[in-house]
Amino acid sequence: MSALTYLAEAAVDPKAQQNIAAASGAGIAYGLAAIGPALGIGYLVGQAVQAIARQPESAGQVQTTMFLGIAFTEALALIGFVVFILLKFV
Amino acid sequence: MTGLLSAIEPVTRAASEGGGGLQFPPIENLVLWPAWFAEGTIFEFNKITFISVFATVVTVILFFIVGRKAKLVPTGLQNLMETSVDFVEKQVIGAAIGPDGMRYLPMLLSMFFFIFITNLFEVIPTSHMPGNARMANPLVLALLALVMYVGVGVKHNGLGYFKAALFPPGVPAALYILVTPIELLSTFIIRPFSLAVRLFANMLAGHILLVTFSVLTITLVAGPLLLKPVALVSFPMLVAFTGFEFMVSFLQAFIFALLTAVYIGGALHPHH
Repeated sequence: MSALTYLAEAAVDPKAQQNIAAASGAGIAYGLAAIGPALGIGYLVGQAVQAIARQPESAGQVQTTMFLGIAFTEALALIGFVVFILLKFV
Repeated sequence: MTGLLSAIEPVTRAASEGGGGLQFPPIENLVLWPAWFAEGTIFEFNKITFISVFATVVTVILFFIVGRKAKLVPTGLQNLMETSVDFVEKQVIGAAIGPDGMRYLPMLLSMFFFIFITNLFEVIPTSHMPGNARMANPLVLALLALVMYVGVGVKHNGLGYFKAALFPPGVPAALYILVTPIELLSTFIIRPFSLAVRLFANMLAGHILLVTFSVLTITLVAGPLLLKPVALVSFPMLVAFTGFEFMVSFLQAFIFALLTAVYIGGALHPHH
């Protein structure tokens, strides 16, 4: 059986349709959830690098604060990942 | 064109027969662990339980051995343990609480070691399962952190802790209608929730990443001749991600301890 006939068969099977909707919904949800944290972490680390470059002796303190900020920002992307798992597999 | 189609034909055939070209293990494998003994009782013992017990016992034994034979000039194992104590003291407590937070060192240090060793099982061969990829472990740790920082706040500031947490000073009285529910939600519900989900999702994502590249490499090596060279790309990726996950397991243990310290510090000095 070729891939095309498989796709054609899947298009009429309600169970397969549900799977397709769940999979694409999960993908779109995670993609959207990753946009904000991506911008946030990029900006955050960029500013931290700039701060360290301007004042290398404060590197330790800036790094600790940077990890804290990353942990808070990243939480949103991780919640998106959990939603992905729930949509796709549960 | 026909050459390419015939090359990927086995993969598409496997896909059309259900399950996809890549035969992933079922997702239930992450949740339903076979019991080693005492199945069905509250003492059921499986791989995740073993990892948690192992992490606890190893931490206790390491510090016990080093503490029994502590020398003025440290050598070998004592060097390693003193470095780790120094790390938690300077990077976690020094950065988040300040000098008066030293009394929380034992708690934060054991938390750090427990999370680090349970996470380490993600890259240890023959195990390859982080103990914190089950929600139960991070959840208990996060509840422990919640009890800890609320307890510290009540002990040092009495009921004034709740007043400072729910009614932050310097806000116009009318705005408390808006601010108090937000603070209630963020301090007592979202904080432990995000602590638990951060650790859980990071370890689960890392585990799934490693599984994906392992399955990909195996399928490509066992697959048609034309696809075999692609494994030369996917296998180095697997090695690189294993190193990356080693770093993540350390970083997550550090971040969990650091955030707990930040919350304790906030409860200790509520006015800044």
